[in-house]
Amino acid sequence: MSVKGLEKIVAAHSLFAGLGGGFLELVAGCARNVRFEAGQYLFHEGEIASEIYLIREGSVALEISAPGQGCMTFMSAGPDDVVGLSWIVPPYHWTFDTRAQEDTRAISLDAICLRTKCDADPALGYEVMKRFAPTIVARLHSTRLQLLDLYGTHS
Amino acid sequence: MAHIPDPHLSDPMVPVLARVTNRVEEIPGVVTFEINAPQWQGFAPGQFNMLSLFGVGEIPISISGPSFDSTTIIHTIRDVGAVSGAMATLEPGAMLGMRGPYGTAWPVEQARGRDVVVVAGGLGLAPVRPILYHLITNRANFGRVTLLYGARSPDEILFRNELSKWRAQLDMSVEVTVDHADATWRGHVGVVTTLFKGADFDPAKTTAFVCGPEIMMRFGANALTDAGVAPEDIHLSMERNMQCAIGLCGHCQIGPFFVCKDGPVFNWAQMKPLMAIKEL
Ligand SMILES: Cc1cc2nc3c(=O)[nH]c(=O)nc-3n(C[C@H](O)[C@H](O)[C@H](O)COP(=O)(O)OP(=O)(O)OC[C@H]3O[C@@H](n4cnc5c(N)ncnc54)[C@H](O)[C@@H]3O)c2cc1C
Ligand code: FES
Repeated sequence: MSVKGLEKIVAAHSLFAGLGGGFLELVAGCARNVRFEAGQYLFHEGEIASEIYLIREGSVALEISAPGQGCMTFMSAGPDDVVGLSWIVPPYHWTFDTRAQEDTRAISLDAICLRTKCDADPALGYEVMKRFAPTIVARLHSTRLQLLDLYGTHS
Repeated sequence: MAHIPDPHLSDPMVPVLARVTNRVEEIPGVVTFEINAPQWQGFAPGQFNMLSLFGVGEIPISISGPSFDSTTIIHTIRDVGAVSGAMATLEPGAMLGMRGPYGTAWPVEQARGRDVVVVAGGLGLAPVRPILYHLITNRANFGRVTLLYGARSPDEILFRNELSKWRAQLDMSVEVTVDHADATWRGHVGVVTTLFKGADFDPAKTTAFVCGPEIMMRFGANALTDAGVAPEDIHLSMERNMQCAIGLCGHCQIGPFFVCKDGPVFNWAQMKPLMAIKEL
């Protein structure tokens, strides 16, 4: 797909909505379309977090496995969600597995490409961080609520 | 304003003898009962009864059936302790004490012509079910109708068959999420507030009904005000320990309110300042 086509798709995702033309071009320069079949893993825990996924269609399950307990899905992500925050902080490793729950289409952003551009242009870096921060905070809030086990019999 | 029934009793403190006519185990530890009681003349969505087992105790339980059926009383009870646990074992034919209905109602009719968002968590789906029956029966009177329901895990989803039926109806949106799941679950995973992102409603013309554990209601109500819904248009059902249920003993007090008499349904403008006080 052309860079212009990718720019349009990136701009349509709420994470980058309203991003200025110059920045949008830089971000879209790291983007490509990807597709996963139901059951296919996008990545596994421990691997290098080299990509950020902007989900367009379908849904994915973020999973953690515990010995003796099997795999537990702690979050799902669907259209207009973002998967991939581990690329922001060293050592840039995934801390969970992610599996497509159904056929899923996404934009993959090359994390090394984006990080390099952010390092080279702090204004872009700040803009990108401002856009990721609400997702990070929302995930933290959700985790806190899940930890409270609100619907358990003791609550 | 819709009529809110008073207790159908000559003395509101004296229970009548009611008979269990049907029992359905919804999920482990949660049972729905159909009950017949003398003098019963119906209720408004959101009201509750005081149910008692002689020698065990008495507890407040919301009515979870349709308010247009003025003969059968439906309660959904989760076994959490002495009284609810003993009640959960009752079989058809068993007798229990009942007085009610008590309390304020969900202001469903105030939502006429508006979008309606119902947010429920865990067993909180039971007290809002009468709203859903009302909305479905009078569907043309309301704008977009959305139910956002959060459960602990797929095994703990309440009223699963009805949720599927309502979702299939196409004239309302039903979204379900669980806090965690195994790989066989293909649905949404995350706390109930994460469902707001995909919900389609006009905040300026929305009436919301929220029911579940108090923390969930707090976060749910805040997410609704963040989306632009007015605090006066967000209604929640509060729970406090109760004894008299008629505003005499003070057991159920929250700030200036008695939950049994002034509630259990309050709006967020009333509750937000009180929920911020940790000791209440
Ligand atoms: C207006 C109102 C409507 C209610 N509607 C329903 C309903 O439709 N279905 C239903 O199952 N319950 C409902 N409840 C809650 C129900 O009244 C309590 O679960 C019950 O009083 C517990 O009594 P118990 O003797 O079984 O448990 P207790 O021995 O009193 O308590 C045992 C354990 O359960 C916990 N517990 C007590 N109350 C609650 C509660 N409200 N929620 C969660 N945990 C609790 C206690 O902290 C304790 O750890 C409602 C409460 C109110 C005030
Ligand atoms: S229960 Fe007695 S005042 Fe409310």
